[in-house]
Amino acid sequence: MNIELSEFLIAVAAGMVRSATPVLYATLGEIITERSGILNVGLEGIMLVGAFTGVAITYQTHSVGLGLVAAMIAGLLLGLFHALLAIYFQANQVGVGIAMTIFGTGLSAYLGMDYVGKQINTLGTFKLPLLSDIPVIGPIFFSHDILVYATFILVPLIAFIINRTRLGLTLRAVGEEPRSAAAAGINVELTRYIATACGAALAGLGGAYLSLAYAQGWSENITAGRGWIAVGLVLFASWNPFRALIGAYLFGGAISLQLRLQAAGLDVSPYLLGMLPYVLVILVLSISTARRKNAPSSVPTALGLPYIPQV
Amino acid sequence: MIIRILLYLWLVLLMQNPVKASNELSGQPLKVGFLMGGPVTDFGWNQSHNDGRIYLEKHMAGKVKTTFAESVPESSEAGRVMERMIAQGAKVIFATSYGYLDSMLKVAARHPDVVFMQINRYSEQKRANIGVYFPYYFEPLYSAGIVAARVTKTHKLGFIVGHVVPNVLAGVNAFTLGARSVNPGVKVNLVCTNSWNDPATEAEATKALVESGADVITSILDSSLTVCNAAAKLSTYCIGAAYDLNKQVPKTWLTGQSWNYGPLYVRVVEQVINGSWKPVTQYYTAKEGYAQLASFGSTVPQAVRGEAALAFKKITTSKVAVFAGPIKDSSGKLRIPAGKTADNHCIEQMNWVVSGVEGALTK
Repeated sequence: MNIELSEFLIAVAAGMVRSATPVLYATLGEIITERSGILNVGLEGIMLVGAFTGVAITYQTHSVGLGLVAAMIAGLLLGLFHALLAIYFQANQVGVGIAMTIFGTGLSAYLGMDYVGKQINTLGTFKLPLLSDIPVIGPIFFSHDILVYATFILVPLIAFIINRTRLGLTLRAVGEEPRSAAAAGINVELTRYIATACGAALAGLGGAYLSLAYAQGWSENITAGRGWIAVGLVLFASWNPFRALIGAYLFGGAISLQLRLQAAGLDVSPYLLGMLPYVLVILVLSISTARRKNAPSSVPTALGLPYIPQV
Repeated sequence: MIIRILLYLWLVLLMQNPVKASNELSGQPLKVGFLMGGPVTDFGWNQSHNDGRIYLEKHMAGKVKTTFAESVPESSEAGRVMERMIAQGAKVIFATSYGYLDSMLKVAARHPDVVFMQINRYSEQKRANIGVYFPYYFEPLYSAGIVAARVTKTHKLGFIVGHVVPNVLAGVNAFTLGARSVNPGVKVNLVCTNSWNDPATEAEATKALVESGADVITSILDSSLTVCNAAAKLSTYCIGAAYDLNKQVPKTWLTGQSWNYGPLYVRVVEQVINGSWKPVTQYYTAKEGYAQLASFGSTVPQAVRGEAALAFKKITTSKVAVFAGPIKDSSGKLRIPAGKTADNHCIEQMNWVVSGVEGALTK
């Protein structure tokens, strides 16, 4: 029983890491974007375009690597477009984001019609030598694919850049006090363009993870709402990459757990179990924000506000 | 001035209507519109309807012209799509997704001259121009269950469904009854993803079932493609519903259920043309040939193919019923007594699973 239980828990945890990865990429991207003061709620659309582009390019070139790069470029272009509307035209950022979601959903569905069911090369499992042999930790964290391993590096890297480097200081300054930043000689608009483009590129990569590593092919609306979950997780994470990792793992863990409880033959309503990931996100979100009521807010001060340079 | 403009507009309208009518009289083809809930390239439910549409147009070339709209949401948008099709001359509308009925009831009231066909949904409100068609698909899954039970080594079969609704549970039950008819020790583990289309969750569910020891994975979703691909990656057999995926996963495909909607659509449209169409609720069993047993994968032994095909033949020739009593549900309660078979009403209300199914709804 104990061996069975530990095997079950290891399987749940390994599933958690896999399920969390696409959401984690989008969440990390959005943290970068929002730290610069731009709100991009169009992650769902960007992930979809990334997922489609990844499949299309992989199918054409037979190279998963090129597919992943193309997905990032597609995300980057959508991010630039979002930034153009939000910065140059000073459009309402929530409105633009929702429009981007609708646009990305429609565009990927339309272009993707010919790619449904196409057999493509997919991102294979690559067990890390030595590390994957460690009991418990190995099968949970080191028996996946390179995009999963990349997040282990990306999370501390992004945290380090944001908190400990000049680049991060610039990013934060632009997101908190754009006018002061401008007075200090920082190009606010350029910083925001770059941050939004980079963030969207990561969201595109998260989408490509869904189609190239997970579902192994394109199908319409493959994200099934994960882009919106990422937007929510940024709040939960209070713009901190490490907390984003925890949030994404909670979400992925809930998915993994509920599917395996069902597979184990547990008699619980699948609708109740299906709600688990979302209930968990809402619950943790409310607890984490309530606890910090008196603490200083971690919301970037200029988030979502158009930047009007002083004349 | 305004009156003159209105008069002019009225004249234009007047002139347009007779043109349409005379077109019909002069033997113009009947226009038939199809609403699909998802992409017609999904290797599943929607594609099989689209294949049926193409068959209809080919089979009745010159007499029928078809048009379709895919990924139509089950909201008031469906009503707008129907209106657009009717404005373009459609005289028959097929709604191939459950949730279109509400919009249809409104649109049908405005267009008494158009025939509406709703799939898989009993309508309390009757309209003189709305018909309902229930093509049953569970019978081929009984035979698929036989194949699964013959092939499995772990005696554990996985089953992934989008939602636990009666129509789906009938399929799960038929599959389980088929499997246990040749191997009473077989267990079926049911996993529900709460969505007809969520590929990432479907892939993870496949992995979860394989980890729990299942060595054949069956699914009832918009499309079985993701599950079959995920199973293939884990070198695990798969059984599909709605579409034959033998070409997509040749090494691991066993069999499944596939649709042959073409003749059904020809049948209905011919009824409309010759005036014998009636606004009734129509059930079609496997006997009619619309739900078929899909092709067998190359790894299925000859003897098993014969056994499964024979079982299906017995069903289609009415020698055997899938839901023939005594049938107990998973809690041991007798649902269909000995000597009785499930009628359409019982199948429509099937909110229980037979013994042998483990997971949701088993108590």
